[in-house]
Amino acid sequence: MTVAVEKPEKTEAAEPATAPAKGARKVSRPMVIGAILVVWLVLFALLRGKQTLSLAVADLTDLHRWINDFNDSIGANRNSNPLFLYFFNEIRLVIDNLVTFVQHLISQPSGARPVPEIGWLGVVGLAGFVSWAVGNWKVALLAVAGFTFFGLQGLWQESMDTLALILCAVFVALLFAIPLGVAAGLSDRFNRLMTPFLDFMQTMPTFVYLAPLTLFFLIGGASATIATVIYAAPPTIRITAHAIRNVSKTTVEAADSLGATRRQSLLKVLLPMSKRTVVMGVNQTIMAALAMVTIAALINAPGLGVNVLQALQSLDVGTAFNAGLAIVIMAIVLDRVTTAASAREEHARNSRNRFEKWRRPLLGAGAVVTAVLIYLSHTYLWAADFPGDGTVGTRIASATDTAANWVQDNLSGLTNAFRDAITNGLLNPFQTLLTDSPWWLVGAVLVALAVVLGGWKAGITTAACVGLLVATGVWSDAMTTMASTLVATVLVMILGIVFGVWMGRSMMADRMIRPTLDAAQVMPPFVYLVPFLALFGATRFTAIVAAIVYGAPVAMKIIADGIRAVPETTVEAATSAGCNTWQIITKVQLPMSRSALTLATNQGLIYVLSMVVVGGLVGAGALGYDVVAGFSQNELYGKGLAAGLAIVLLGVMFDRITQAAARRASA
Amino acid sequence: MARHWQAGAAGLAVLGLTLTACGGAKVGDSSSAGSGSSGKCGTFNLAVNPWVGYEADAAVVAYVAQHNLGCTVTKKNLKEQIAWQGFGTGEVDAVLENWGHADLVKKYIDGQKTAVDAGQTGNKGLIGWYVPPWLAKAHPDILQWKNLNKYASQFKTSESSGKGQLLDGDPSYVTNDAALVKNLKLNFKVVYAGSEAALITAFRDAEKNKKWVIGYFYEPQWFLSEVPLKKVSLPAYKTGCDTDAAKVACDYPIYNLNKIVSAKFAKSGSPAYDLVKNFNWTNDDQNEVAKYIAQDKLSDDAAAKKWVEANKDKVDAWIK
Repeated sequence: MTVAVEKPEKTEAAEPATAPAKGARKVSRPMVIGAILVVWLVLFALLRGKQTLSLAVADLTDLHRWINDFNDSIGANRNSNPLFLYFFNEIRLVIDNLVTFVQHLISQPSGARPVPEIGWLGVVGLAGFVSWAVGNWKVALLAVAGFTFFGLQGLWQESMDTLALILCAVFVALLFAIPLGVAAGLSDRFNRLMTPFLDFMQTMPTFVYLAPLTLFFLIGGASATIATVIYAAPPTIRITAHAIRNVSKTTVEAADSLGATRRQSLLKVLLPMSKRTVVMGVNQTIMAALAMVTIAALINAPGLGVNVLQALQSLDVGTAFNAGLAIVIMAIVLDRVTTAASAREEHARNSRNRFEKWRRPLLGAGAVVTAVLIYLSHTYLWAADFPGDGTVGTRIASATDTAANWVQDNLSGLTNAFRDAITNGLLNPFQTLLTDSPWWLVGAVLVALAVVLGGWKAGITTAACVGLLVATGVWSDAMTTMASTLVATVLVMILGIVFGVWMGRSMMADRMIRPTLDAAQVMPPFVYLVPFLALFGATRFTAIVAAIVYGAPVAMKIIADGIRAVPETTVEAATSAGCNTWQIITKVQLPMSRSALTLATNQGLIYVLSMVVVGGLVGAGALGYDVVAGFSQNELYGKGLAAGLAIVLLGVMFDRITQAAARRASA
Repeated sequence: MARHWQAGAAGLAVLGLTLTACGGAKVGDSSSAGSGSSGKCGTFNLAVNPWVGYEADAAVVAYVAQHNLGCTVTKKNLKEQIAWQGFGTGEVDAVLENWGHADLVKKYIDGQKTAVDAGQTGNKGLIGWYVPPWLAKAHPDILQWKNLNKYASQFKTSESSGKGQLLDGDPSYVTNDAALVKNLKLNFKVVYAGSEAALITAFRDAEKNKKWVIGYFYEPQWFLSEVPLKKVSLPAYKTGCDTDAAKVACDYPIYNLNKIVSAKFAKSGSPAYDLVKNFNWTNDDQNEVAKYIAQDKLSDDAAAKKWVEANKDKVDAWIK
């Protein structure tokens, strides 16, 4: 789940706390948790290895076989089924045409032309102009520099293919997401109905539905776009709903009392007032779409993802990094431009400076220049094909290779010691405890912890999730995955607190670290898997490290924001009372940003969980491997789907428990 | 101040217009031949499964189809399962290197009848357990499966819970390893690395740093020309010894890799079909092209060109 930060606010925080309060209040919460753990350990010692529901790698349950048969029957009836003929095929046609249109515009040869309609010069000009128009001149410069860099890397066409796909996917996603988000913002009922679907869309591993998608929408642009839309739409829906909900009640009431109809108050009050936040949602959707670039390449979507995957086949880290870098740059450009756009929304409403008067004529002039550039790039070869042969890219690739080799040669002794310490000291005992306990014991412990941490409601959700996990038939694998996930989350939180506090206290550190964090979040994991494999071998630990690289940045950012939000005066008061830095951090800043800490745990967990499948590619086994195997082997499809469902269930369970705990923390 | 901006913008526009006048080569000026002349072949949709050996097959076939037959070749990067699924939907014409895949054969060739066998590629696929060369040299007896238990403790890792580790790779490939370990009573645990990259990295590291690694591998594979892994012999394969997956106690058979085409494509009379049907080469041929791609880092097209130009007689036999 991308940063769909549903801030833990209002809701009935007090209600669950009061119900069990009578008896429970006397003993403190940590003591109850301790007692639960002790009971677990005792029962584990007695019942070890019984009713563990383990299932061998190649074994299937009836549910898995049933899913296989169902999948096969869809495939067999594809050409005669009216649902396919008149529904899916129509959708496919529309989206396919859209994708082909954009591709012909900027990336693929169109018709008799050997080059796309708009060449590099036109695209660079257009990118600069649009960034300037919606943002400011700084991001315009960034956009021009970034886009030119793609060409210098020797990846112009691939980058444009990726951009075309992203644009289409984001366009289609917004077409659905904004209306749905508005609806969810207006109606609590609809919001409750949507939430499980959104969870599902964000945590279900793409590998699971990639093969069926190509069955429904064929191989090509349409399938890739739809896969991207499924993953990328939820942030906009969630954030739009959040934005609509947060427009102050009094403003809406004022509009109502002036006699505005429902429609008027939506169009004239709610939407304009939540515009800024909605743009942030669009930003998140773009980032999520970029995260799908390599996955989409698995079903033949052209673009940078293909370079990454192909380089991986021959373990060519340098080439993969070069393509990954282009993705990172595209992400940074798009992120900064949309952020600037949302800042402009805010700015434009609040101030009217002298410069605003000249904005219109300047925009007009800019448009003329852009039109000329587009015309040039349409007509002349030098402006259509990016000149040069991408020597910068070759140099980046070889420098990366050198660096990766150096790290592998010089650090592997050190890293192995660290790996063994974590694996033997933390991961193995914990995993044994989870997988070798009877399933009902683990289930009971989970429900009890959920009740203590988050209240009865969280307990009920957890009970349902445990039941469904058992039903998926991959209980034992789910426990193995849970062990790795929780260990990874603990490490994420340690890093998150250390760096988050540092960043929160020093603007300088923040400015230096943040770009690295952005890069870590959007760099396709496939790029750094090979060096990690060389350092740590094909182990669960490698998977944990990959998950940390992806999950820690979110935790760091959230904690940094939390620390910064602690009122200056409080810190000053503590300083004047004679507290030293360590005391200020541990006694003032961290306790006061408790809700940020729980939120960081929530997001950290969800991010770590979204790397389970990647972990399956580097030796984590369990659910991640099941999903990958299901994607590769026809007979294991059903099991892969079940494993995917198990990942969703783990996600929902963790999410509900930590959210409920966060509400308590802030209450 | 702002007036300057406006003037500047106008100036830029004028500059742009002037540039238009003096120009340079125009799009469509230069004889953009090559496209257009597709002849009777038309479009040829070639699936490219994700391993370098296959990439080599596809590179050469695509090159010949394009340059000798005038086809428009569309390569599609797909995993096996999706590629086969594409036969039915008409999105894939040919798969060039099939490793058995009994389940897919049953589903698409026997069941839906959307695909047909187009003969062997000439490549022999070997699957088995391999060790790095240094290990085979230091302990030559390790190449017999009976001696594996003797060394099991050396293969222990953080993942193998006290037993020796047998590393498996990409789940796409046929594997009986778990059953083999059990039925041969080996003190090993199969650890699923999950990808080919993970396997290769493990073997590369093992050879370089003299580590103990035994794992599932296969040939033809480009990596073997970098590190010539040694195959461990398992109890010999006899026909039928692998019918019951749970009771397998014998080596993997030698796979005669074959080509699969869509039923429609086979009847289309396209010259590309004849090319696919006649396409046949040896493991050494494939390894050579794979080496150009993986180690010399040539593009697919350049690698294919280099091989095709050096092997005119072989290519001529495919398109006669």
